[in-house]
Amino acid sequence: MAALQIVDIEKRYKSLQALGGVTLSIQQGEFFGLLGPNGAGKTTLISIIAGLSRADAGSVAIEGYDVVRDYREARRRLGVVPQELVFDPFFTVRETLRMQSGYFGLKHNDKWIDEVMANLDLTGKADTNTRALSGGMKRRLLVAQALVHKPPVIVLDEPTAGVDVELRQTLWKFISRLNREGHTIVLTTHYLEEAQALCNRIAMLKTGKVVALDSTSALIKRISGSQLVLRLARGELPDALKPLVSHPDELVAGRKYTLRVNEYTDVEPILATLRQAGATIEDMQLQQADLEDVFIQIMEGEK
Amino acid sequence: MIGFRTLFYKEVLRFWKVATQTISAPILTAMLYLLIFGHVLEDHVQVYPEVRYTAFLVPGLVMMSVLQNAFANSSSSLIQSKITGNLVFVLLPPLSHWNLFGAYVLASVLRGLAVGAGVFIITAWFAKLSFVAPWWIAVFALLGAAILGTMGLIAGIWAEKFDQLAAFQNFLIMPATFLSGVFYSIHSLPPFWQGVSRFNPFFYMIDGFRYGFFGQSDVNPLTSFSIVAVFFVLLASLAIRLLKSGYKLRH
Repeated sequence: MAALQIVDIEKRYKSLQALGGVTLSIQQGEFFGLLGPNGAGKTTLISIIAGLSRADAGSVAIEGYDVVRDYREARRRLGVVPQELVFDPFFTVRETLRMQSGYFGLKHNDKWIDEVMANLDLTGKADTNTRALSGGMKRRLLVAQALVHKPPVIVLDEPTAGVDVELRQTLWKFISRLNREGHTIVLTTHYLEEAQALCNRIAMLKTGKVVALDSTSALIKRISGSQLVLRLARGELPDALKPLVSHPDELVAGRKYTLRVNEYTDVEPILATLRQAGATIEDMQLQQADLEDVFIQIMEGEK
Repeated sequence: MIGFRTLFYKEVLRFWKVATQTISAPILTAMLYLLIFGHVLEDHVQVYPEVRYTAFLVPGLVMMSVLQNAFANSSSSLIQSKITGNLVFVLLPPLSHWNLFGAYVLASVLRGLAVGAGVFIITAWFAKLSFVAPWWIAVFALLGAAILGTMGLIAGIWAEKFDQLAAFQNFLIMPATFLSGVFYSIHSLPPFWQGVSRFNPFFYMIDGFRYGFFGQSDVNPLTSFSIVAVFFVLLASLAIRLLKSGYKLRH
């Protein structure tokens, strides 16, 4: 049984088609990345999973429980870190976490609350009113609130947006630990290196549709080979090499060229051609393709 | 059950932490009404035989405070949570529509009764009161608070901005409470306005509540009770339907 089963989800806000038939099956223990530009529908999809929005068509099940029909069972199994930095200014950090536990039907949850606070470096702020917390601390509290009931499925909607390096590291250390312990993680982020490092599988969303869905390594392999970035001190790029240039603008601007290479053995013939043409290299870099290249390629390819 | 209890506790804690504003301030307001209206009208108005005007006024003011504060509690809690966005903390957990309804309305009842009790304790010094039928006092106070707590819940669900809620409060709740016979008996009104008053459910709440003190009222308390009870059931079923459908809460 899938940890998260999303079938043909459609959602329309007046004239805007936010989601146009999204289907995803996420297995238990996965660290799944949901990527896409702003407005692609990531947050709408998360809202539907969380029961904050209702889909126009399709269904979502968490560990087999439908989020509308069996909403109580479904919600017990789900922890969501919302994107907006929200807090209840009436309460302290500990009060907030105790109440959140209570909403999930848990009493005497202090041991786990203490552990979550310790892992997120919140312990020192336990008795501070949420109003007095910095932005980063509020973000930690939001993460802690999503975890009070030890949900098997954890959804993080851009948890590291505008967050400092320290919190990012603390957060990923803790979330990775939970993932190793068997929790399923679904993450949306604009930091693609983060997704590349953490996620085993990635779906890319564009204008409400899944445009790519594969393991992270397979996605990166889609961009064949690497790129050789050259800056010429003297001379022109020989005609023989022009088909290899990946950005056509560079042919107009001159001097700096990005050439596609499939293997390292492709580099030597390129250098030889340049030498023969009498060009001198000022600077040269060999760049491995990464998730960002794949992302850009897929998003541009879907125009 | 733990979920419901936690939400109820949170709602009570919410107004208790700002008790100066949510409890003391309305008590002071009611006291000012009593001092001013009582002073001006004491020697000019006699509603029931052998009941002085100030004494007549006390139950009305107590009930008005109960009603207004019950409404204020659920409506302000919801609109604040909606606007600041922290309503998600309540929408994400497995709380049912019954849990939400029960917790918000019960906390409103508690706030209404707390303010009502405060107003009573203070204003009772100024007037000689009797307690002919204490059960009616309790029944109408509870039902009235529950009705206004439910109305506050509905208004809080419906309103998207503070000014919409303020409009609900100023154009509906305030006129309905002031025109319900807090300060007068509807028998003192011209026949047309007497008729209009009979369509105001607030009138029956206050009239029944006052009967509990003096054993005298404009309408038979059983009739008032039936009307108020039916009104509550109607409002409660509307509120529960709204919560169940996720109207304006789950988009």
